[in-house]
Amino acid sequence: MATTTMSDFRVDPVSGLKVNRTANTLVKWNAFAAVVFLLVGGLFGLLVALTRMPSVQLLPPELFYMALTAHGLVNLAVWIIFFEMAVLYFLGAHVLGNRLATPRFAWAQFWLMLVGAAMVAVAVLAPVWGGTGSSVMMTSYPPLEAQPHFYLGLILFAVGALIGCFVFLGTLVVAKREKTYQGSLPLVVFGGVTACVIAVFTIVSGALILIPTFVWSLHVIPGFTIDPMMYRVVWWAFGHSSQQINVAAHISIWYLIASLVFGAKPMSEKVSRFAFLLYILFLQLGSVHHLLADPGLTSVWKIFNTSYMIYLAVLASMIHGLTVPGSIEVAQRKKGLDTGLFTWLRKAPWGNPIFSGMFLSLVGFGFIGGITGVVMSVEQINMIIHNTIFVPGHFHGTLVAGTTMAFMAVTYWLIPVVFQRKIALAGVAKLQPYIFSLGAWVFSIALMGAGTLGVQRRHADITFAGQPLAYEYPEIAKGLMDLGEIFAVIMAVGAIMFIVVVLASIFTGERIAEDSAPWPKVEDADVVAERTGKKHIGAWGMEAPGTFVLAMVLFVTIVLYYFINFKYLSTIWGLS
Amino acid sequence: MGTSYTPPTNPDWWREPIERTEIIWIVLAFAWCVFMFGWMISWHWIGNQNMRNEAYQTTPEKFSKHLSDQAAKYVVRKDAATGEDVIAPPPGSDVYLAGMQWQWRPILELQKGKTYRLHMSSLDVGHGFSLQPENINFQVYPGYEQVLNLTPNKSGTFSIACGEYCGGVNAIGHHTMLGRIYVKE
Repeated sequence: MATTTMSDFRVDPVSGLKVNRTANTLVKWNAFAAVVFLLVGGLFGLLVALTRMPSVQLLPPELFYMALTAHGLVNLAVWIIFFEMAVLYFLGAHVLGNRLATPRFAWAQFWLMLVGAAMVAVAVLAPVWGGTGSSVMMTSYPPLEAQPHFYLGLILFAVGALIGCFVFLGTLVVAKREKTYQGSLPLVVFGGVTACVIAVFTIVSGALILIPTFVWSLHVIPGFTIDPMMYRVVWWAFGHSSQQINVAAHISIWYLIASLVFGAKPMSEKVSRFAFLLYILFLQLGSVHHLLADPGLTSVWKIFNTSYMIYLAVLASMIHGLTVPGSIEVAQRKKGLDTGLFTWLRKAPWGNPIFSGMFLSLVGFGFIGGITGVVMSVEQINMIIHNTIFVPGHFHGTLVAGTTMAFMAVTYWLIPVVFQRKIALAGVAKLQPYIFSLGAWVFSIALMGAGTLGVQRRHADITFAGQPLAYEYPEIAKGLMDLGEIFAVIMAVGAIMFIVVVLASIFTGERIAEDSAPWPKVEDADVVAERTGKKHIGAWGMEAPGTFVLAMVLFVTIVLYYFINFKYLSTIWGLS
Repeated sequence: MGTSYTPPTNPDWWREPIERTEIIWIVLAFAWCVFMFGWMISWHWIGNQNMRNEAYQTTPEKFSKHLSDQAAKYVVRKDAATGEDVIAPPPGSDVYLAGMQWQWRPILELQKGKTYRLHMSSLDVGHGFSLQPENINFQVYPGYEQVLNLTPNKSGTFSIACGEYCGGVNAIGHHTMLGRIYVKE
């Protein structure tokens, strides 16, 4: 067994955490790679947005489909999974005051993912230098065929991520054995374990389908083909579940930030952990959301899966959606902001991007991504939404307004801790979450409106120019596309602000010396309450009545939105 | 005492009572979950818009045969826009519609209020049936034939766009792929 000495560690003056230097280096490189890929993918996203704006139509179709394939892969997979590797290592090592198990394997994770991503990039971007591309979209449904190195790159990337998951699990074993913590795992690490378990399921599913597809693309076995339906069923266990990793990861980050900024503790360890457990058990069933309009699968199978077995994963999200802001409210009330319903929220540090980013992520994920996700995944309602631009509208609500915003928010805290630099351009950082969220929210909502009017996703041109059977979308649909894509540009501005702040901070930010005085720590709300003798908080016998009111607003919104969609569904052609 | 990033201070955390805000919310949320589950099932009886769950394995050759048989029997006129045959199968009959790079064929004429057995498949790669402006969407795959009972409840001219990217490498007609259904009173 490896021996560790104190010089392998430093005590971080910002967070007070005992930081292992090797683990820290790996967190740094993964986080840095993530941000670079966010920039790359975001630029492709901007090109996509400017093409889908009916009044601009920037790219010709060939380049549009290439840019869309690149945007999907880089932002959905590469940015997010690199960042998640950083998060897992941080949770397993930094949070537990622990070393990283097998740093060599962790480096293998990093390089495999990087080489894999580069290989996919070469396959996809080949048309730029006149080669044969792989514009098959992120989903790459056979019989559409990409270059063999497209699939191979994805496989290498996935294997790298799988290694990272096992390094994280090994790191937890080390922590337990070397007793770097007492009792149960902290809640955020428990959330990390949830993300990791989902990730293992996801990546194994990806390997199961991408390896045979790679073999098929080589054309070395005569007569070997990939059944298009089988591909979709298995691929979505990878494609959808990969987004469930994000959910578990960014919810852990919400809990983390609530504690960092407010000294909050979970309202109930039992409830929050149970909700994470529901994710492990049921969240992956949601892969069927993509298969609801497919032939050959029965309604019994679809309903069981699409509802995550009686919506138990939705229940889990609704629980986290209450307990995270609830824990903030309880902490604020214990610290004296115990008047009215929303004083705790009004007096929150809205100028601190760590908090504002986290709270915008929470609201955006719940109201935009969450509500629409539950409604569109109803077996029958899916028929009036499936593959329209409503779908990208929805998942930019979850992935951009939710996950990406949360990752950005925690980055503002990670830079001083991990990169040992103060945040540069603090004024830009302060505004960034608002600009980025404004862009993402309006973009998502406008696209969902256009999708309701039938605008398709993955279309280079919705005017059907020059076609004898051309269909004319209503003017309002085109207007919504223009509006949405204008806000996509605002979202891109927000993303660029983030990247500029990150790069400026890690390269030019003021260094934080290892032996500098500890930064003032936010006091635990419980400690404050004990000192001031505050015992009873809240109203109506509830400790978090304001949060309850907010949760009821969400509840009423989802009920209304659910029945509005059924009303609309009931007016279309009869289908039986 | 206690944060989300330190171990729970109470080692018996699973025995701590749950606060009232959370209890009420969990009960409400779970009730809604059960309702949505039941409603989705019951729509198969109370609703008029459901998937049929009827599908067969087929081949592009077999499906093409259905298309040509259908064309031989039910041509009613030439389409004004394209000059192609318009196919008008009788109500209650089997109607075959194929997606191919890059069109939906044949052009169909149906009657409002009458029910048809619509068979959909693809002759090459995956496509998405997307009827506009009704906004009804299905996946269509080569090798699989999906069957639905279709009852138009409005008359007029309807377009079928393609909802699944079907361009492939260096082949980019997906966004030009169209078909048409005329529904007469």
